[in-house]
Amino acid sequence: MEFVKSQDLLIIAGRSFQSRLLVGTGKFASGAVMRRAVDASGSQMVTVALRRVDLDNPRDDLMAALAGGDFLLLPNTSGARDAGEAVRLAKLARASGLEPWIKLEVTPDPRYLLPDGVETLKAAEILIRDGFTVLPYMNADPILAKRLEALGCATVMPLGSPIGSNKGLKTRDAIGIIIENSAVPVIVDAGLGAPSHAAEAMELGAHAVLVNTAIATAEDPTGMALAFKLAVEAGRRAFLAGLPQQREAEASSPLTGFLGK
Amino acid sequence: MTFSEKLLTVDSQSLLHLVNQVTPEQVERSLARRETNFSDFLTLISPAAAHYLEPMAQLAHNTTLRRFGRVILLYAPLYLSNECTNACVYCGFSIRRTLPRITLSPDQILAEAKYLKDCGFRHLLLVCGEAPSIVPVAALEQALDLLKNDFASLSLEVYPLSEPGYLQVAAAGADGLTLYQETYDRNVYSQVHPAGRKRDYDWRLEAIERAGEAGLRRLGIGVLLGLHDWRSEAVALALHADWLMKRFWQAQISISFPRLRHAPDSFAAPHPVCDTELVQLMLALRLFLPDAGLVISTREPAELRDRLIPLGVTQMSAGSRTEPGGYLHPAEDGSQFSVEDHRTPAQVAEAIRRAGYEPVWKDWDYQMHENHGNNRQREAQAGA
Repeated sequence: MEFVKSQDLLIIAGRSFQSRLLVGTGKFASGAVMRRAVDASGSQMVTVALRRVDLDNPRDDLMAALAGGDFLLLPNTSGARDAGEAVRLAKLARASGLEPWIKLEVTPDPRYLLPDGVETLKAAEILIRDGFTVLPYMNADPILAKRLEALGCATVMPLGSPIGSNKGLKTRDAIGIIIENSAVPVIVDAGLGAPSHAAEAMELGAHAVLVNTAIATAEDPTGMALAFKLAVEAGRRAFLAGLPQQREAEASSPLTGFLGK
Repeated sequence: MTFSEKLLTVDSQSLLHLVNQVTPEQVERSLARRETNFSDFLTLISPAAAHYLEPMAQLAHNTTLRRFGRVILLYAPLYLSNECTNACVYCGFSIRRTLPRITLSPDQILAEAKYLKDCGFRHLLLVCGEAPSIVPVAALEQALDLLKNDFASLSLEVYPLSEPGYLQVAAAGADGLTLYQETYDRNVYSQVHPAGRKRDYDWRLEAIERAGEAGLRRLGIGVLLGLHDWRSEAVALALHADWLMKRFWQAQISISFPRLRHAPDSFAAPHPVCDTELVQLMLALRLFLPDAGLVISTREPAELRDRLIPLGVTQMSAGSRTEPGGYLHPAEDGSQFSVEDHRTPAQVAEAIRRAGYEPVWKDWDYQMHENHGNNRQREAQAGA
């Protein structure tokens, strides 16, 4: 099994990652608590809300707490209401020296933070043309996933349920279709409220998951980060090992008894 | 339909009658439900629910944690002017009061803003009284223009503007508006606002809608607690917030809880609201509106503010001075209301950390929507 662990890499835009757990950095009680949880999660991709970061301030609290980590900082455009705002934020991040990888979020509704598919598509097109590696947050819409993939998005990131809702994989069937049809990694983002939800997404064949609220607002964020790490690994191994079919053949009158007679 | 028109269709008296009849069993049923609808909200502001503050607080705490996390956004008011043509009986800026009238010059605005920036603030609330001949929209635009590159977010708490006025300030860099109706009761409103433009209840109530139409993305409302029966105000406040959320679904709606404590001269709050009632109101609103920002200013004393943090608060001011120029030149008189929490911003931030929350100074980026107002204005002009 160690072979599986060392060789089963997540590859996004030519870059490989051993960890399949992405973590967010919002909602934590302090920078120090957040950093301990990030480290415990083993994540190699950590998202940062650009609106929270003072890019002009070299001693920005959030960036200071993340300094020196062995992970890729993935800035996100949360708060952007339309494509124009998301593109401006992404460009600000690149101008400040961050790598041109962007988790694209266009969420015009501040209540459920649901992604606007139309504006996301527009922004993705502009950013990809401009040389960004784009990882778009999206509704679990299989057709939109194909459209984003066709534009050149590095992944698609469908939601399990609304951000912060902790409701788990409410979009399970649609995510199954996305995974079945996708040529780029599928990262289930948002709504995963318990390690079991993350394991479920990985068992389904998701290539990775992103978790924030469930870790940040746990009583022990470090402990919860570790629990998610283990759940993601367990779910991935279960997927690779091949889950037995869950459908049970029902005993009924033989349908093929006439054959071979 | 405006909210003002909608409110006329609401029979507050019968609703309040129902509120007073609520039984403990009804409260328990409401608390057991997954979501709090308007009828549950009425149950939770009832006298019966006053005995259930602890379970309400637990639910409100968890709801807020899930939606907002362990963070409190800090902001500071910057008073541009205390000139005012209104005669509001509770207000320190009333035209009927004798006080040094000050309107900051551009250099003074910059100096006060620099002080606040050095304290750490990136979210400012620009405040003035209602004196458009002394502080016209152009002066607001000028102030916004002076500050917009140094701050992440600039909101206004100024006299009601027309929709073109809101388009102008949005183009100049404002992204939010805070405007308290003070009281939703028309009779009380007219008693406490005896003179000035503010007498026009509907012009004020509809201002927040004009701002929403103009594209301002943070809309703050509130009542001045103490002017009228708090339960009656709570009904209108909850309906108003809910209505704004549905109509301006892209805006962040927040509710403030300004409470009359020590109003100037001998004005005594006719319906004083005690701490317990303030908490009940906050908790009920949090459960009814899980996504609303809840704001507590320095009108409240330090000890109470610290205890309110885990009950659903999302934003706090700190180190506030409510007289123009007061950060660099504090004055005894000339302030709008008396500040009860006298701690420095750093001390408030430390108290937030002690409560297990992170004080957040920046949660927006002005540069993200730099041209937003201009675009809206161009669209408006093209459509005209």
